[in-house]
Amino acid sequence: MKPSHAIPGSDDILRQPLANQVVFLGRGNDQSPSVVISGYLPGGSILDPADRSGLGVYLSMALMRGTKKHSFQQIYDQLESAGASLGFSSGIHSFGFSGRALAEDLPMLLGLLVEILRFPDFPQTHLDQIRDQLLTSLSIRAQDTEEMADIAFDQALFNNHPYGRDDLGSVESISAITQADLIAHHQRCFKPQGLTLAIVGGVDPARAADLVQQHFSDWSPDTAAAQRSPEFPKTTPAASPIRKHIEIAEKSQLNLVIGSTGPERKSAEFLPAVLGNCILGEFGMMGRIGNVVRDENGLAYYAGSELTSLQLGGSWTVSAGINPENFEKTTDLIHAEISRFSSQPVEAEELSDVKAYFQGRMPLQLESNAGIAGQLLTIERYDLGLDYLRNYRDQIEKVTREEILAAASAYLKPDALVTASAGTLEPAA
Amino acid sequence: MSDQIITATLDNGLQVFLKEIHTAPIISHWVWYRVGSRNETAGKTGISHWVEHMQFKGTPKYPAGVLDQAVSRDGGVWNAFTYLDWTAFFATMPKEKIDLSIDLEADRMQNSLFLPEEVESERTVILSEREGSENEPMFRLNEATDRAAFDHHPYGIEVIGEKKDLLSISRDDLYEHYCNYYSPANAVLTMAGDFEAKEMLERLQKRYQEVPERAVKRIPVTPEAPLKEERRVTVEGPGETVYLRLVWRAPAGSAADIFPLAVLDSILTGPSSLNMFGSGSISNKTSRLYQPLIEDQVAIAFNGSYNTTIDPYLYAITVIMHPAHQPEEAVALIDRQLDQIRSGKISLQEMEKAVKQARALFAYGTENITNQAYWLGYTEMFDKYAWFSEFVPSLKKVSVEDVARVAAQYLRPDQRVIGMYKPYLSKGGSA
Repeated sequence: MKPSHAIPGSDDILRQPLANQVVFLGRGNDQSPSVVISGYLPGGSILDPADRSGLGVYLSMALMRGTKKHSFQQIYDQLESAGASLGFSSGIHSFGFSGRALAEDLPMLLGLLVEILRFPDFPQTHLDQIRDQLLTSLSIRAQDTEEMADIAFDQALFNNHPYGRDDLGSVESISAITQADLIAHHQRCFKPQGLTLAIVGGVDPARAADLVQQHFSDWSPDTAAAQRSPEFPKTTPAASPIRKHIEIAEKSQLNLVIGSTGPERKSAEFLPAVLGNCILGEFGMMGRIGNVVRDENGLAYYAGSELTSLQLGGSWTVSAGINPENFEKTTDLIHAEISRFSSQPVEAEELSDVKAYFQGRMPLQLESNAGIAGQLLTIERYDLGLDYLRNYRDQIEKVTREEILAAASAYLKPDALVTASAGTLEPAA
Repeated sequence: MSDQIITATLDNGLQVFLKEIHTAPIISHWVWYRVGSRNETAGKTGISHWVEHMQFKGTPKYPAGVLDQAVSRDGGVWNAFTYLDWTAFFATMPKEKIDLSIDLEADRMQNSLFLPEEVESERTVILSEREGSENEPMFRLNEATDRAAFDHHPYGIEVIGEKKDLLSISRDDLYEHYCNYYSPANAVLTMAGDFEAKEMLERLQKRYQEVPERAVKRIPVTPEAPLKEERRVTVEGPGETVYLRLVWRAPAGSAADIFPLAVLDSILTGPSSLNMFGSGSISNKTSRLYQPLIEDQVAIAFNGSYNTTIDPYLYAITVIMHPAHQPEEAVALIDRQLDQIRSGKISLQEMEKAVKQARALFAYGTENITNQAYWLGYTEMFDKYAWFSEFVPSLKKVSVEDVARVAAQYLRPDQRVIGMYKPYLSKGGSA
């Protein structure tokens, strides 16, 4: 195996598109006795029909319940006897998959992966199990103040935009999903075009590429298929303040989310927003927000900020878990910090701190096979170029205080913030 | 990759474990103290965890807010954990920056201020942390079953402590706890990463040797005898979902029986991973309990867990019930599988699978340098590092008879606690 540079780049990442438009990315790690497979294909909850919300999640859970060749038991006998794992997920814009195994078991893992992608069987008994699992998940989530505050925020901010949909669905939509729905949705979404997979670990990338070629090359692209991702609009901010609360009885802690829309991943504002967000609510003990809410006022165990940037835009939020009695005080403090952040440039020292943080932690994010695989997929998904990670340091260095202020003022408008909460605000009857 | 470990004990009693790993230009530096909730007494529960928080609230050299930012500024990641037997602080950093982590850990080993205003601010932060946990039905069920599983041992109380104690613990209580237990003689330093061990040991000696040794007063902790009869607890609360948790006293982490228990756990509920970082997990769909609990739709999900602790702690099976079934049905199904295991009805294939799963989980864990430094210290908290390096060979030596004996000895129906979380308006009508 060829020795690799500490930071992956064009000379040690193998990128190999197949004729059917599957894209393979590989990087070796001769110190690792195991391998990671990670990938995605277009789809996800954005394609859930309005009356079948949760369909993407349901489908991702149903894929491994049997194929035309192997039963559920046989699939998991192979995986678990080898100490391997494989799983599927549904994101907003794509279905994802990930697995890992000892390097000696890579052929088995790849063989199962392609069989499940192409020939799932959806046995009805398993679909009944999954439906009940999803319904119970909804019940459990309804008691989770953190998750419910996030849902309230997304629904209030995105309104009818697909980003406001609940990817787990509802009792009604999950109960309505049939085997025929799942088969049709699988046929619609699961095609080789746009499927991207990364293999990282104790295998030579050329050997991994050969295995991918063997397993995936006879999967013909469906040229007559309808477009998988119809056009959706970009996200738009609220025009005025919005307040939404979900009351959940008998909860000690109230979860609070305040924010607005954020930049899309490929926009020029993305990197300034990432660094700015770090100053606002990540750096050290959760940045400025952590400092004022946790350290100075002792109001919360966690209080920080998060930027979510996707293809159509995203969100920029401040979150905290607080005692309900401190709701007003905490929201006032957060509003004041957002106002300062969106109206004044960050301090030069703050910016130099977060630049050093982002530049310094890069090797830490690349120490595991899964970490590298994740970076390779991000590079491919957003067309960042194979030397993106090696150029990252320079890209960070170029960000200015003015760019951060421009991003903050463009998205975090103090007079049009969404405030969402979940927990117990009403006194017990 | 070399598996060689360099060890030393400084004159002040600080133990040092170093492992060179040259796969990435980073170093993970940990300091472990032999103090956790096991060392707490009634009225002072949660004090170890609170002291851990206070270690971020400043010394004269690194005032509050400076310390965590200093590590981040140098591209490091950091965190701290308090557990039953130990408290640990770590930073993983670019190798050329590691001196910062060395300096600040040596500094806060002796110079933390515990300013009264910082103590009061942190009191409400910790109460908030506990309130966040109380929101979760599983925390409430764990707290009730742990308490029922012990009559007097501190393992019966959650690490975060009881609310009444968190309201009354004083600044002097915290400072006394810190001065007593944060002695170099009560600490283990572990480091893994891209360094030359001999040179690094000299650097560590130079910085840590100046921390004076302090005598540690220890409160005797007596392990409890097994339960004499089954105990049951029920927690009621909001929601629609019923949770079940069965716990039994397990062997101590250093006991030979922990290995048959690990095999039993893998066979019964799927393998538990003891890795803290970068491990991944293996599903449990071919474990003994999957068919009767999940495929037959008695339950929605389940898992088993054991811990490696100084004194015997707990083996636990947690089940999320299907809304159409009662927890007693799951208890009966678990009993049926345990009966089979106790009678030795275990296939060679199941034994081999358990060993391979353990080998795979260990391989996944070695990818991550932080995880390797973690294992160096974690094992020293309840045994020796050899426990880790010999784990897979130890599992290979486990026989069917060993697993059956451990099931019969530890997982007896009359020595368990059955805990249930039931919603006020349980659909089964039993709440």
